[in-house]
Amino acid sequence: MSSSLPITVTVNGRERRLDVAPNETLLAVLRERLSLTGTKKSCGEGECGACTVLVDGRAVNSCLMLAVEADGRDVLTIEGLASGDELHPLQEAFLEAGAVQCGFCTPGMIMSAVALLATNPDPTPAEAKEALCGSLCRCTGYVRIIRAVLDAAPRMRPVGNGTHN
Amino acid sequence: MQSFDYARPSSLADASELLVRRGDDAAALAGGTDLIVQMEKGARAPALVVDLKRVADLGDGIERRDGALRIGALACLEDVARDARVREGFPALAEAAGVIGSVQIRNRATLAGNICNASPAADTAPPLLVYGAQVNLFGPRGRRSVPIEEFFLGPGRTALEAGELTESVDLPLPNGPTGSAFCRLARRRGMDLASVNVACRLSAAGELRLAFGAAGPTPILVQDEGEVFLKDEATDALGARLEQMAEATRPISDVRAGEDYRRAMLRVLSRRALNTARRRLPESE
Ligand code: FES
Ligand code: FES
Repeated sequence: MSSSLPITVTVNGRERRLDVAPNETLLAVLRERLSLTGTKKSCGEGECGACTVLVDGRAVNSCLMLAVEADGRDVLTIEGLASGDELHPLQEAFLEAGAVQCGFCTPGMIMSAVALLATNPDPTPAEAKEALCGSLCRCTGYVRIIRAVLDAAPRMRPVGNGTHN
Repeated sequence: MQSFDYARPSSLADASELLVRRGDDAAALAGGTDLIVQMEKGARAPALVVDLKRVADLGDGIERRDGALRIGALACLEDVARDARVREGFPALAEAAGVIGSVQIRNRATLAGNICNASPAADTAPPLLVYGAQVNLFGPRGRRSVPIEEFFLGPGRTALEAGELTESVDLPLPNGPTGSAFCRLARRRGMDLASVNVACRLSAAGELRLAFGAAGPTPILVQDEGEVFLKDEATDALGARLEQMAEATRPISDVRAGEDYRRAMLRVLSRRALNTARRRLPESE
């Protein structure tokens, strides 16, 4: 029963059928099988948040989830946010606030923020920090990242575009 | 990560049978936030991973059941931390569940997994101890319920027998008015293990339950009773009583803190937890 397991997973709105090995992480499948390299791998052990994606609308570390565990689930990655050329309000807010330097942490930060704003459309700075505390940034010092999240919040309250959660 | 076989049983009986048959070769997977890290690092290399998340009888719900709040084995820490009934009736548990790891970790990690790993520093253990939780188990010989005080046997060791699985955790609703709180010391706010942690429950009659984590090989529960705990005064008498209660602890020195520092901080956190618990006692007795 080991070698390969069939799974069906919805990624960014599109249903995918894949055969995965039990020891493949969701992160590896996203990056290496589906070429969705926006999701980053860094620590591989849940410490840095670079690999954050949403599974059924909730932020998780994709490095700590086996791909087979995603069977039947709905996965949203950074690639699923923009619609065509139009950026998601959080992506725009990150650019405007100067919250992106090297950009390595950015997809994870934004995915955590998407999950936060979906359940808490008007977060306090403390709530925004708590929601993002699982993501490390080695460049920005976080101030502009938090500002970007708070800036994006009112813009998302009407109708969000691109997200499906 | 090295390769392994993967099984996804749909019933408790099948899950348990697999774990018995494969013994130490098998590892049970719930949230995976410890197991997958250990496998990634090569610290554990099970030949078989038994994924419990599709076991029909294992729920992720939190519900009132026979004078208790029952937390299903698959309930994640974020859901425990946010549940209104947990926050209202068992705030120390909500506080502890809410400081573990990060949102991403808490969305996967389960309460049951936190206790089954039996880390001496497990943040949810002291609250479960002061609330007198019962751990409901399913195993080859059927179901049984173990008081949480008897659940932890040592670092990484629990009362679980071969093939036994935690089905749910019950938090008995208190008989009278109580106040409770959780305090922890860590080197930073998020994403760190506790250097020490303390949970406290005080009843309006002055019964005090304190539980300490990262203060010995297992989390430790101690109890005392007296008027002195109800008074909002930092008297020597109170200090001496709390000191006595902390005598049961056996902290060690490690990378997170030295033994003496742990002892000193246990005193501070005990007082803080007691003060908060006292403030949370309902006004009229
Ligand atoms: S790569 Fe997943 S948390 Fe660091
Ligand atoms: S922008 Fe470089 S790590 Fe955050």
